[in-house]
Amino acid sequence: MSNILLISPDRCRGCGSCELACSFKHEGEFRPAAARISVLRFKAGISVPLTCLQCDEPYCMAVCKTGAIVKNEVSGVVEVDGDKCIGCRMCVMACPFGNINYSIATKQAVKCDYCGGEPECALWCPEQAIEYVPQDTATLGRKKDYSARFARLVEEVGS
Amino acid sequence: MYGWVGKILRVDLTSGKVSTEPLNTSLARKFIGARGLAEKILRDEIAPDIDPLSAENKLIFATGPLTGTLATSGSRYNVVTKGPLTGTVAASNSGGFFGPELKYAGYDLVIIEGKANKPMYLWIYNDKVKLRCAEHLWGKLTDEATDLLLEETDPEAKVSCIGPGGENLVLFAGIINDKHRAAGRTGVGAVMGSKKLKAIVVRGTGGVKVADKDAFREAVLDARAKLKAHPVTSGGLPTYGTNVLINILNEAGSLPTYNFRTGYFETADKISGETMADTKYVRNKACTACTIACGQVSAVKSGPYAVAGEGPEYEATWAYGSQCGVDDVDAIIKANNLCDQLGIDPITMGSTIACAMELFEEGLIDREAAGLALNFGNAEAIVKLTEDAGYKRGLGAELAEGSYRLAERYGRPELSMSVKKQEMPAYDPRGIQGIGLEYATSNRGACHVRGYLISPEILGIPEKLDPDSIDEKPGWLKTFQDLTAALDSTGICLFTTFAIGAPEIAAMLSAATGVEYTVDDFMQAGDRIWNLERLFNLEAGLTAADDKLPPRMIEEPIATGPNKGKVSKVPEMMSKYYQVRGWDDDGVPTGEKLAELGLA
Repeated sequence: MSNILLISPDRCRGCGSCELACSFKHEGEFRPAAARISVLRFKAGISVPLTCLQCDEPYCMAVCKTGAIVKNEVSGVVEVDGDKCIGCRMCVMACPFGNINYSIATKQAVKCDYCGGEPECALWCPEQAIEYVPQDTATLGRKKDYSARFARLVEEVGS
Repeated sequence: MYGWVGKILRVDLTSGKVSTEPLNTSLARKFIGARGLAEKILRDEIAPDIDPLSAENKLIFATGPLTGTLATSGSRYNVVTKGPLTGTVAASNSGGFFGPELKYAGYDLVIIEGKANKPMYLWIYNDKVKLRCAEHLWGKLTDEATDLLLEETDPEAKVSCIGPGGENLVLFAGIINDKHRAAGRTGVGAVMGSKKLKAIVVRGTGGVKVADKDAFREAVLDARAKLKAHPVTSGGLPTYGTNVLINILNEAGSLPTYNFRTGYFETADKISGETMADTKYVRNKACTACTIACGQVSAVKSGPYAVAGEGPEYEATWAYGSQCGVDDVDAIIKANNLCDQLGIDPITMGSTIACAMELFEEGLIDREAAGLALNFGNAEAIVKLTEDAGYKRGLGAELAEGSYRLAERYGRPELSMSVKKQEMPAYDPRGIQGIGLEYATSNRGACHVRGYLISPEILGIPEKLDPDSIDEKPGWLKTFQDLTAALDSTGICLFTTFAIGAPEIAAMLSAATGVEYTVDDFMQAGDRIWNLERLFNLEAGLTAADDKLPPRMIEEPIATGPNKGKVSKVPEMMSKYYQVRGWDDDGVPTGEKLAELGLA
């Protein structure tokens, strides 16, 4: 079973380390505008990191006329083949989440590729708001947190 | 270029001319960036004895080579100018997102010159730079001005602006970026107001490169691990914010109270970080690349002081709290929020109100002039007078000049708790000897972030020093002052130094810039910057006589609490401090010292 990026916006403090780490890895410089992950900052200090969700039925892939976008069935990553991408930006238009970008530098579509299995954003996030975890257990922590409330309730009622 | 992005933007408001010039790399190596480099340029380009609010003064927004990188808490920029409150060199430091954005737009520094004849703002989108009319924004609070500016430029842009405080030339007006981050002290906002510049708005889509990627990555991971392992930077600050210090300082008997009449506040816990964490904090908010996230989004949900925003920081809590004898935490949060909105420094504001309270209790300010009874402990007064000062209404017009000019006006200059006309912050120097020497010798007037000896004297970092001892303090202070000057010039946050020091910072700086800074090189750069500031101040007309604390600190012992009976021994430490610094008996750097630092 492959890993996925699990994002917990409640933990995010909005520091943007993920954007910096991402652009450093892929562009070789600290450049949030070119990062494949973005931190959206809202009122009252609420921040939400967002990157490609690696959809099972990717719209970007469906609209790509050159077959440049493929879903890697082993890793689960939706990949862009630079040899085939003609820079038409159909994928950018199709993604309902705004998670695939067009790079002015390479004149091609760019998107999150999980850094080949070692995502830098997860490594650099100081709050574990971005985690790279096995798909089947990704939400187990949240289930445990939530069920613990019930457990406490049962304990209170029982005693 | 690596670390630095290699370009300076120069804007002449008088002529409206905008130009760029390459960064002088040899100067950048010597003075690093931000505070140091901008001060070097300021000293080269203006006469230190000019009127700070005249068109001759310049206002420099300066990032450092680590600003906008992954370097630990690399969010900082400095605003450098000649300060109107003190008449000294002024460098005021702020985090958030504005500084990094300037670098992404391609500029290490923005130098503002001259004076516009009507309100303007500067809109920077990478290499497209425009001066635009700001008449519709003049008078607006910083929150609203920021929202309007983002609407008419780019929602992803970052804004640094003044509020009514700066517009009205309140001598301790600050510059507010990202709504709640402030280049707060020394009155840099008044200089911006005098130039009729409401804001700088910047959007940058470029990047910052580093020289040795692998070495930089390793150096930052190492520094981050240390920050995550340290109880202050991973526990105390994120959990309680800087207000974690209220109870610590009160228990140490050095929480200045009632305009420094004493160092102990009976009801301190009502305004402590622990109390605020339970009742007022909403969530943490980090600046760029920060692993600490000390920022606290806060809210007062109901009552006369209902407000939502960020902060207060420890210094503001103290200034409005124990310094004014106020333990109403809602009023403190409201007053602090007003400071952000008006764009004024809450430390000087709170302490100036405390001074007015003492003048009131001494019978020198009457109730009619103040508009209300100004007794210590009056929570309503801190809110009302802050607003009055921002708009220079009634007594507020007198408060808007800071406590020194206020107390002097009423014939009692000794009641101003200031050094070089800037108010002392939240640590009583009678109970903590080293910090007193720091206040007395700070190049921008009394200040805690020019050599934070509270770290060893109270917190025991990197080792515990006896707060009452004086012998070793001059040496320790020099080290802390030099380290801070160098660190401020890199663009990372001072709070990192609870967990890391010169070796870690020099490693990040070297890898980023490709210039090999040994620990000695780095510390010497700090020494160089400190001496440059000193030269500026001497040329501005200050002398050794200005290196002194208010007489109350020397003559009146702390009245109550654990430090009852103690006074400051700053005069006993001064000659040794000058000696350690390589200065003569008059506090003037010797020729030998200047030659050693390359300042001759």
